[in-house]
Order: sequence, then structure tokens, then C-alpha cells
Amino acid sequence: MLKVRATKKLANFALDAEFSSDSGITALFGRSGSGKTTLVNAIAGLVRPDRGAIEVNGECLFDSARGIDVPVESRRVGYVFQEGRLFPHLTVRGNLNYGYELAHANERYVALDKVVELLGLAHLLERRPANLSGGEKQRVAIGRALLASPRVLLMDEPLASLDTLRKGEILQYIERLHDEIKVPIVYVTHAVEEIVRLAEIVVLMAAGRVITTGKASEVMGRPELRAHTGIFEGGTVIDAKVAAHDLEYDLTTLEFAGGQLRVPGVDALIGEPIRMRIRARDVALALTRPSDISVLNILHARVIEISAEQGPSASVRMDVGSVALVARITRHSVERLDLRPGREVYALIKAISLDRHSSGFA
Amino acid sequence: MLALTPAEWEALELSLKVAFWSVLCSLPLAVAVAMLLARSNFSGKSLFDAVVHLPLVLPPVVVGYFLLLLLGRRGPLGALLEEYFGIIVAFRWTGAAIAAGIMGFPLMVRAIRLSVEAVDQGLEAAARTLGASRWRVFFTVTLPLTLPGILTGVLLSFARSLGEFGATITFVSNIPGETRTLPLAIYTQTQVPGGDAAALRLSVIAIVLSVMALMLSEWLVQRAQRRAKGQDA
Repeated sequence: MLKVRATKKLANFALDAEFSSDSGITALFGRSGSGKTTLVNAIAGLVRPDRGAIEVNGECLFDSARGIDVPVESRRVGYVFQEGRLFPHLTVRGNLNYGYELAHANERYVALDKVVELLGLAHLLERRPANLSGGEKQRVAIGRALLASPRVLLMDEPLASLDTLRKGEILQYIERLHDEIKVPIVYVTHAVEEIVRLAEIVVLMAAGRVITTGKASEVMGRPELRAHTGIFEGGTVIDAKVAAHDLEYDLTTLEFAGGQLRVPGVDALIGEPIRMRIRARDVALALTRPSDISVLNILHARVIEISAEQGPSASVRMDVGSVALVARITRHSVERLDLRPGREVYALIKAISLDRHSSGFA
Repeated sequence: MLALTPAEWEALELSLKVAFWSVLCSLPLAVAVAMLLARSNFSGKSLFDAVVHLPLVLPPVVVGYFLLLLLGRRGPLGALLEEYFGIIVAFRWTGAAIAAGIMGFPLMVRAIRLSVEAVDQGLEAAARTLGASRWRVFFTVTLPLTLPGILTGVLLSFARSLGEFGATITFVSNIPGETRTLPLAIYTQTQVPGGDAAALRLSVIAIVLSVMALMLSEWLVQRAQRRAKGQDA
């Protein structure tokens, strides 16, 4: 359980944020300059709020009213910095052991061997940071923070300096670590893919304030938040379960509250939860169920609201069963099909448009 | 021609001893002053900075003279030291070490300060999140990363100590076996008839010592820089 309330005035920026979360991975999401890092630094104790209170797992780390300000080194927050910040004069082993040796023996919950295995560091132990690749550095940084046996793991855009391939690799490691070691993670990012893949709870920030907090699948799909999420590429996030694999065609069938989705083969076991982002522009609408058509996913839906945008397009918000779905179509089509709230439609989603980048393990 | 007389050996040994102790004793203070100048802001900082650098620009004789006034047996500090601790530094080799240490101090502080300023404070913050107290961060992160500057500072001030003349002769005079270091011995030889050969011999030794110190410092600094940059040594 994490409770954070912090205000801080700086020369040209004011932070006034509050959120709480009891989820495994909480994402602080917002554009650069929205105050995400300042807020995380306040949790770590690297920034002192003017007012507020910070509580992790029932332990008070900061409370301006009661005059509590636990020093950084006693907070037991693991921090994975954007640029790694490995100690250049120590080997990888020395870096990993730095926090481990400082943790009290009875507070340690993970051993070096376990972390080395989990993050694939065995062949790096005697190397020095300058000779590591970007991805390797971040893995070591994650391991180093974890070995200090923190109450909460803070990750400040840990993938920002990596290329796409490395990003995917590190995301996999973070997922594994989250599954195997139940440490709560606060994950700072401005990348939608990372949210879709990792986060359960999203704290949306803009200009130093928390705009909203909620389930990732809800927050990321709300069009009125688009100005803050920066997702001009509108869409929805759907929580689903793997129902079946079709090996012949390399397709996977997912089950969600609104029905079934067929998507390109997903590397997950049957029954495993999965999260899928459906971009609004990949959804087409029809008034009757088309039959002779290549599109694999045809979902029965009811129009909830239509918002016309500048330019040619409009967003059509629908319910598929109890699940929200957004389609981005031309205003021209809205008029031609005479779409309005309450209307029953068929949402068409090409399976191929739901590529691997849009899926993530929940 | 190259064989040293016992008196010359004595001067060489004394020089090394004085330089060694002057460096050893001024090092912790120089690190503290360098940290203060690199990391904190306080009123009067520029004045403090100027005072630290004073020995670099003052005539050494002036430094020696003030030391004599202050630490001489009848000086305010010298009298105290003698009365309470039984320590006498005037006209002793320890006084020569103090004079040498003060003259080399600004060089040491400058080198260390540059190195401290180059340390990424983000690394120190990272160490604290891992559970290290400020002192532990200093000894396990800041100090190791400052090592190249410390080595440079140590060798510069060591070389400076070996060459110290003006402040030494003013403060502790030129006593054979006690305060007659290499430069003072050379000076003495140039003042006596027929001392040319001895002066030359001692000068060659001084040159060899200085060159060795500089080469050693270059080698150590490169090694330390490789380590601090995190490449495999």
C-alpha cells in the first residue's frame, strides 16, 4: 500500500499531487515536465516536499505535520534511475552487493544468486559498468536496487535510453521480477506501450498535478484525457484471458467480458491474463454484420457517445458487453451511417492490426 | 664524483622525511577544504578560497616569517604547544615539514577540488537510496572517484615540499641534520669555496627525484582514471 501526498514549490514549477495505490505495479504517467520524477524523488527522500505525507506499507516516511522525515538511507526504497547510475569504480558484483551488504540481515528477502538468475547477470559479474551495453546496465541497476530489499521499487523511465529491442527485453525481465518477487513497483513513464504492458493502476499527471488515478484499461481509453495522456493515437485497453491457440495459422483467441478476439499468436499459456490495446483507428463500423469479409473480429456493440474532432475524424465510443471500445472514423461516415448514441453497430477489427506491440501480460 | 658524502645522504633522507610527513599530515585537511570549496556555499567563501591560495602567490619568506612569529617558542601558538604538549617545532625538522606542507597546500587543494567537482552527485544519491549514510557514501563513492585528483595533489605537493626553500630557511633555519634539506644543502654548497662539485651532485639528485615523482604521478593517475571511469583495469 502506497499513499503519497506532496506539495512543493520550485522556481518555475509547482508540484501538488496526491495518489494512493495498493496494486503491484503503479504507473506514473504524463508528459515530460509533468512532475513525475519530482514526485518519485519525494518518495525516495531525494526531494523534500514543502507539505505532505508519504506512507509505504503502513510505514510513514514523511509527514510535514508530524515533523517526520526519514533520511534517504533509512527509507528502504529501491530506485532505478533513467541513466542507471552504476558505480563506475566497482565491478557488477560490487554494484550488486553495495545495497545488499547494507540491508539488515532480517530484512533481506532476496539473495544474490536469485537476482543474478532472474536478470541473467551471471556472465557479467566481474565486468565493469563502462564495458556494459545499455540494456545490461539497466538490468544491473534493477538488480542492485532489488538486492537492497526495498519496501518499494521506484523506476524512473528505466527504458528511456534503450532501443526498441532492448526495451522489450527489459520489460520481460521486469514482468518476471514482478511475478517472482512481490515487491510493489512505481513505474514512471511517458510511453503508452509500457503502461499497457506493465501497469495495473495508472496515475495520470500533468503540470504537477494528478489528473486522475484508475485502472490502466480505464484511464488510457478515455478520450477526454487525451490532452493529458498525449495519446492522439486514441484507443482502448482491454483485459482478456488466453482462450485457445491455433497453431496452424499462428493465431490466438482471447476471451474478454465483451466476447472473443482473435489476434496474432501470443506467447502465453491458456488461461493466462493478457492486456490488449486496440487503437481507435484500427476499428471500423458497420450497421449489419458483414459476412464475406477478411476481418476476423466482428463485435456487436452499442454506441454511447460520438465526439466530432477538428479535421475529418470523429471518435465513436461504444460498449461491447460491459467493455468500452473506441472507433475513429470520418465525420462523413458518421453522417452516412446516421450514427447516434444508442445505435447498435458491428465493430470490425483486423486481427493483424493487433500486433505483438499492443499486447502485454497482465 | 657521484658518491655522496654522509652529510649529503643526510640531506637527502631529511628531504624525503620532511616531504613525506608534510604530505601525509596536510592530505586529510586538503580533502576537507576541497570538499568544502567544491560542494558548499557559505558567506566568505571567496575570501576563504583566497586565503587557501595565498601561499601560492606570497613570497615564501613571508610565509616562513609568519610561521616564525606564530609558532616560534615565544610565538602565541608555539608557546602554547610547548607549555601544554611539550612540542617544539621551531628550528626542528617538524617545523620544516609544516612549512613545506603549507607551501604545497594550495596545489593539493586545487587538484582534489577539480576532481571532486567532476564526481556525478547522482551516484551519491543512488548510494544513499541503497542504504548508505552520508559518511559511507563519502568513503565508498566520492573518495574512490576522487582518487585521480588526490594522487595528482599528493605528488604535486610532494614535489613542492622537496623543493621548498624560502619558508623553510626563514622559519627553521639551516641546521645540518635537522633542517638542512636538499635545497638548503645545495644553497650552502654554493656559498662555500670549492662546493661546486657537491652542489652539482645534489642538483642532479633533485632533478632525478622530481622527474621520478612526475612520472610516477602520471602513471598512477592514468591507472586511477581508468578505474574511476569503470573500464577493466
